Amino acid sequence: MGKPEILQPPVQPVLHQADLLRRLAAALPPDCLLHEREDLVPYECDGLSAHCQVPLAVALPENEDQVRDVLRICSQARVPVVARGAGTGLSGGAMPHSQGVTLALSKLKSILAIDPAARTARVQPGVRNLAISEAAAVHGLYYAPDPSSQIACSIGGNVAENSGGVHCLKYGLTGHNLLMLRVVTIDGELLEIGSEGLDAPGYDLLALITGSEGLLGVVTEVTVKLLPKPVKAQVILAAFDSVVKAGEAVAQIIAAGCIPAGLEMMDKLAVAAVEQFVHAGYPLDAEAILLCECDGTAEEVAVEIERVSQVMRASGATDIRLSRDDAERLKFWSGRKAAFPAVGRILPDYYCMDGTIPKKKLGEVLAGIGALSKQFGLSCPNVFHAGDGNLHPLIMFDANEGDQAQRAEAFGARILELCIEAGGTITGEHGVGIEKIDQMCLQFGTGELSCFLAVKHALDPHALLNPGKAVPTLHRCAEFGAMRVHRGQEKFPELPRF
Amino acid sequence: MDQSISELSERIREAVAQKRALRIRAGGSKDFYAYKLEGEPLDVSGYRGVVDYEPSELVMTARAGTPLAEIEDALAAGGQMLACEPPYFGPHATLGGCVAAGFSGPRRASAGPVRDFVLGTRVLNSAGENLRFGGQVMKNVAGFDVSRLMTGSFGTLGVILEVSLKVLPRPEEELTLRFQMDEAKAIEAMNRWAGQPLPISATCHAGSALTVRLSGSKLGVAAARTKIGGDLVPEGQAFWRAVREQTLDAFRGPLWRLSIKSTTPPLALPGRQVIEWNGSLRWVACDAPAQLVFEAARKAGGHATRFRASRGTPIMRLDPAVLELHKRLKAALDPSGIFGPHRLHPDF
Repeated sequence: MGKPEILQPPVQPVLHQADLLRRLAAALPPDCLLHEREDLVPYECDGLSAHCQVPLAVALPENEDQVRDVLRICSQARVPVVARGAGTGLSGGAMPHSQGVTLALSKLKSILAIDPAARTARVQPGVRNLAISEAAAVHGLYYAPDPSSQIACSIGGNVAENSGGVHCLKYGLTGHNLLMLRVVTIDGELLEIGSEGLDAPGYDLLALITGSEGLLGVVTEVTVKLLPKPVKAQVILAAFDSVVKAGEAVAQIIAAGCIPAGLEMMDKLAVAAVEQFVHAGYPLDAEAILLCECDGTAEEVAVEIERVSQVMRASGATDIRLSRDDAERLKFWSGRKAAFPAVGRILPDYYCMDGTIPKKKLGEVLAGIGALSKQFGLSCPNVFHAGDGNLHPLIMFDANEGDQAQRAEAFGARILELCIEAGGTITGEHGVGIEKIDQMCLQFGTGELSCFLAVKHALDPHALLNPGKAVPTLHRCAEFGAMRVHRGQEKFPELPRF
Repeated sequence: MDQSISELSERIREAVAQKRALRIRAGGSKDFYAYKLEGEPLDVSGYRGVVDYEPSELVMTARAGTPLAEIEDALAAGGQMLACEPPYFGPHATLGGCVAAGFSGPRRASAGPVRDFVLGTRVLNSAGENLRFGGQVMKNVAGFDVSRLMTGSFGTLGVILEVSLKVLPRPEEELTLRFQMDEAKAIEAMNRWAGQPLPISATCHAGSALTVRLSGSKLGVAAARTKIGGDLVPEGQAFWRAVREQTLDAFRGPLWRLSIKSTTPPLALPGRQVIEWNGSLRWVACDAPAQLVFEAARKAGGHATRFRASRGTPIMRLDPAVLELHKRLKAALDPSGIFGPHRLHPDF
C-alpha cells in the first residue's frame, strides 16, 4: 500500500501568484476574492488560535460552480486549498496554508429544502448547525447532532470533522445523521454520495468522506436526517463525593439498559469555574457532578428518570435533583454549555483537549491528568461526555506568563498519550487537524498511516487538499519519533510540510 | 482451534506473488450476492471467538470467524443486542460476513445500519500486514474511517480479522401490531408515524397488511399502542425473523432491492413488493428489464441493486464519477487486485 511518491513534496506551483489571482478573480464575482493582507488576517486561524498562518488568498464562492472553478484552477496550478466553514474548529483543521488558497464556504448558506414528510433537510455547507433545527421546528422536527458551538458552526464543517455533541450517546455523530453529500474533488469533479434512501450501493463513501477533515474533497451540499422532537426532556443533576463513584454510576446506568439522551460529568474544578460565571446551581462541595438527560414520550421519560435515579443513589450520589420544568432543565445545562468560556474567564487562555477512553479507565486517566497537572504546574478542570468516554480536559494558562504556553502544549500532548495508553483515541470529536498531527504517529503504525495516505492519494494525487493536516507523512512521524527521545527539552521544530 | 493470523498472511503473500485471486469466505451465507465469485476461497472461519465484552462499555470485540449466533447469544446474556438486526441468510453466518456484507435488518430505520455500529477493525491488507483501524471507544475521529469503508465492501479491500462493535441494550418490551391497508396508505402511515416521537422499531408492508413493531419501556410501548391502534400479532418475533431472513413468500424469485426516498408512492414495477424501513426500502420480486428497475430507483432519489439473481448479471449501477472513485480506492487498498475481483462490479 502507500505509494512512495505521495510522501514526496508536491511539484512547485506552475503559476506565478499574480496569474493565479487573475484566474481566480475571473472565476469569482467581484468582492469574492481576498488577497490584501488586512483582508486575509481574519482567516489566519480557526478556533485553535495557537496556530496561525495567513493564506495567499481567500476565495468566497457563491455557488457550487464557482467552487468547482476554484478547485480546477488550484489543481492545475498545483496550489494547496484549505476549505473552511465557520472557522470554529478546535484542532486547527482550517488553519490556512501560507502558499495556498483558503476556500471559505460561508456564502453558501441557503437551506435549499426541508421535506417534513420524508424528514430530511437539504442545505448548503455554510448553513449553521442550529439554523437547521430552527427551520425544522415548525414541523416538530430537529437535527440531532449538537456540538457546543452549534449556534455558530456550519454543517459543512460538521461533516468534515464528524462532529459530535452532548446528545450523541443516543443520537449519534454527524455521520450517523447524513443521507447524501455533494462533494467536489480537487479536479473539480462533482460526486453525489449516498442517496435520498438510507444507503447506496458500493463502498461506503459517505463514511469515508465524513470526518476526512477537508483532505479528500469539498462538500457543497448536505442532506441530513431530521428526527421528531421528543415530547419531553428532563435532567437529573447528581452530586458525588468522588470522581470514581461518579464514573461507576455512569457504568451502572448503562449496564441497567438505559441510553440517556445526554450523560455529562464535570469535576470539582470545572464546577467551581462555572458557578462563578453562570450560577447554574451546581453543588460546590461535590467532587464530581453528573448531568443526565432523559427524553422521549412522557411515559418513557418517567420510567427512565426513575431507573437512573435509583442507580445513582445505589452508586453513592450525595444529592439528586430533578429539573422541574424546561426552564430549570436549561439552567442545569447552562453551566455545562458555559464550561469553556467560564474557564476562559479565570485565566486568559485555555487549551481544550479531546481524547476518548474506555469508560472503565476513567478513574485511572483522571488520576493521571491530576498528576500531570502538578508536574506541569497548570490547573486542569475536566468536563466529560461520560456516556461515551469522551474527555475534555481544559488546561488553563496565561500565554503572556513565561513558558506557560509551551507547558500547556506539552501537558496536552501527555494527556493524549494517556488516552492512547488507556486503549482510547487522541480525538473523539474535534479532529486531528494540525494540533494532533504528531500524536497520530503514536496512535497508528506505518501500515495504517500508509493506508490513509493511499486513500488520500486515490482522491488527491498531488496532496493539494488541506496538506499537512490530519494524516502525517511517514517522514514526519520518523522525525517525531527521533524527537521524542528528547521529550520535554525543546519544542518540536516545524518540519517542512506541504 | 484457532487459525493463526500468520497462516492467513502467508496465504495472502503467496497469492500476490503468484497473482492468484482470493475469495474471502467463512460461512458462505452471502455467496448469493455477487456479480462473480472469483479466486480460491480464503477460509477465515477458523479465526473465531469473542475477544472482549463488557456490557457497561457497550462494546464487544470479536474475531471475524465467530458465528453470528454465538455473538448474539453472548450479547443476549448481557441483556444487549446488535441493534442493526443483521440477517443471517444461512445457518453458518459469521460476524466477518455480517460486516463485510453490511446488510441490516428490520431495526435499521430506527437504530442505524451495520456500519454505524462498527467502531474498529483489525484487517490484513494485501501485503499480509495486520492493521488496526478505529478502536473500542464510542467516539473516534482520528484518521480516515477505514473500518466503515470495510463494512459492505464484500472482502474486496482486505481481510477483516476482528471487529469492535457498539452494542445496545435490549428493549424491555416489544410488541407487533398489524393494520390492514394497501401500499399507498401504508407508505403514508409509516412516514407520518416516523415523524412523531413514537417507539417504532420496525415496519413492513407485505400483501395487504402493514406490520409495525414497538420497542421500549413497558409504559412507553403501551402508550404508543393506544395511540396508533392496530391488531396485536401474537407471533411477532417469528414474523420479524421471516422478514429479516426473507423467508416470507413475497421475497421468492429474482429479487431487486430499491433504497429510495421514503415517501415515494407505490412503484409502478411488476411483481410482488415488500416495503420496509418506513418506506425507504422496497423489495421487488420481478424479472423486469434491469434498465427499468435502475431507472425507477433513480427517479425516486435512490438506487436499485439486484439482490438475488443469476451470476454475471450486474448487481449495481454506479455513476461514472463514483465508479472511477471505486476503482481508485480498490487500486489504493488492494494494488495487486487479489481480493474478490469483480465480486461487486465488472470494473473492479
